[in-house]
Amino acid sequence: MASLKDVKSKIGGVKKTKQITKAMNMVASAKLRGAQTRIERFRPYAEKFYGMLTDLAGKTDETAHPLLAARDDVKKTGIIIATSDRGLCGSFNVNIINAALKLAATKKAEGKQVAFYCVGKKARDAVSKTGYELPMQLTGQMNQFDFTLANKVGLQVIDHFLSADLDEVFLIYGQFVSLARQTPTTLQLLPIAPAESIEEKTGVTKEYIYEPEVNGLLAELLPRFIKVQIYRGLLDTSASEHAARMAAMDNATRSCDDMTAALTLLFNKTRQAAITRDLMDIVGGAEALNG
Amino acid sequence: MASLQLEIVTPDHLVLSKEVDYVGAPGVEGEFGIMASHIPFLSALAIGGLHYKAEGKTRFVFISGGFAEVSDNKVTILAESAEEAECIDTARADEARKRAEARLTAKNENTNNLRAEAALTRAVTRLNLANRG
Repeated sequence: MASLKDVKSKIGGVKKTKQITKAMNMVASAKLRGAQTRIERFRPYAEKFYGMLTDLAGKTDETAHPLLAARDDVKKTGIIIATSDRGLCGSFNVNIINAALKLAATKKAEGKQVAFYCVGKKARDAVSKTGYELPMQLTGQMNQFDFTLANKVGLQVIDHFLSADLDEVFLIYGQFVSLARQTPTTLQLLPIAPAESIEEKTGVTKEYIYEPEVNGLLAELLPRFIKVQIYRGLLDTSASEHAARMAAMDNATRSCDDMTAALTLLFNKTRQAAITRDLMDIVGGAEALNG
Repeated sequence: MASLQLEIVTPDHLVLSKEVDYVGAPGVEGEFGIMASHIPFLSALAIGGLHYKAEGKTRFVFISGGFAEVSDNKVTILAESAEEAECIDTARADEARKRAEARLTAKNENTNNLRAEAALTRAVTRLNLANRG
């Protein structure tokens, strides 16, 4: 049986851990709020953007731009994977990485090559162990990023796609569904799927003057569309990360409480046992004297 | 006369939303001007300075390319980054200009000349606008 002193120091340790997890929970919730406001601020831009694109996409077909054209012979698949830089957020990163590796495995089984573009340290660490090609890795940036990060990734994959180095590109990120739910989501970035860009447009379509003409405008719009989608994925991942960490730390804090309760019980029992033993000794001694 | 609403949005925030009399924007095929009651119009924008007139004053905004949409007396500018002239960080722009120039003169095979040139244009435009505004 553990000695009184052992139990006491263990209780102290658990209490200290609880302080840390509680603090991390609060930090994560503050950061989550930040991430959510950024999503909010991005929304008007994204909505306008989608509006313009759907409007234009209806006026053209898939031969209009190389980024729209699906390739018959897909030799190489690019996967952009976005995770957090830090752990301690439950199964959040693992879920995304598993989804990505599964996709990579199916592509490989179809005889395609796979290249990973990693954003986030956790993704890099996991992918570098598997031996897949790793043409781009951005770590230590998820904590604070702006559109330039999406720009960087976007330019790179568009370059590779246009030089026929890549034939299709997927984006895997942690979609922020709610505080309690973050699901890894796979999105086809390139070639841009027409089904996604031509959504039902409500309201009256206006006749615009275009400058340059529709195809020229599309050439400007499409690369930006890729970046907008990447940015959206990154923002979602960052919000999800903080939400996941909040949940994980909340759990940890609760476990700490449970453990403290169990240990305190153990402590009291041990103390009680020691007292009883001492009493027995005294009583035994007294009886021997009387005897 | 109907009034014209100008809105400049970037991925990170809403830069500006205000009623104006006139907007002049750097289109890829040349500068264009918009006044109230303009017909619906959609244009790609080049790197450059946008200016607008409101309350008798002309103000400048830096735009790093993007799109302009005009409909229903509303001009929406979607730009990857945009700064009002008085908010331009000249030190940073100067820094960027030097970097871009260095990259262009070094003629390294790995540098993407198009990208370096774009960076240079952005920096120079920012500096010009900051001095004017």
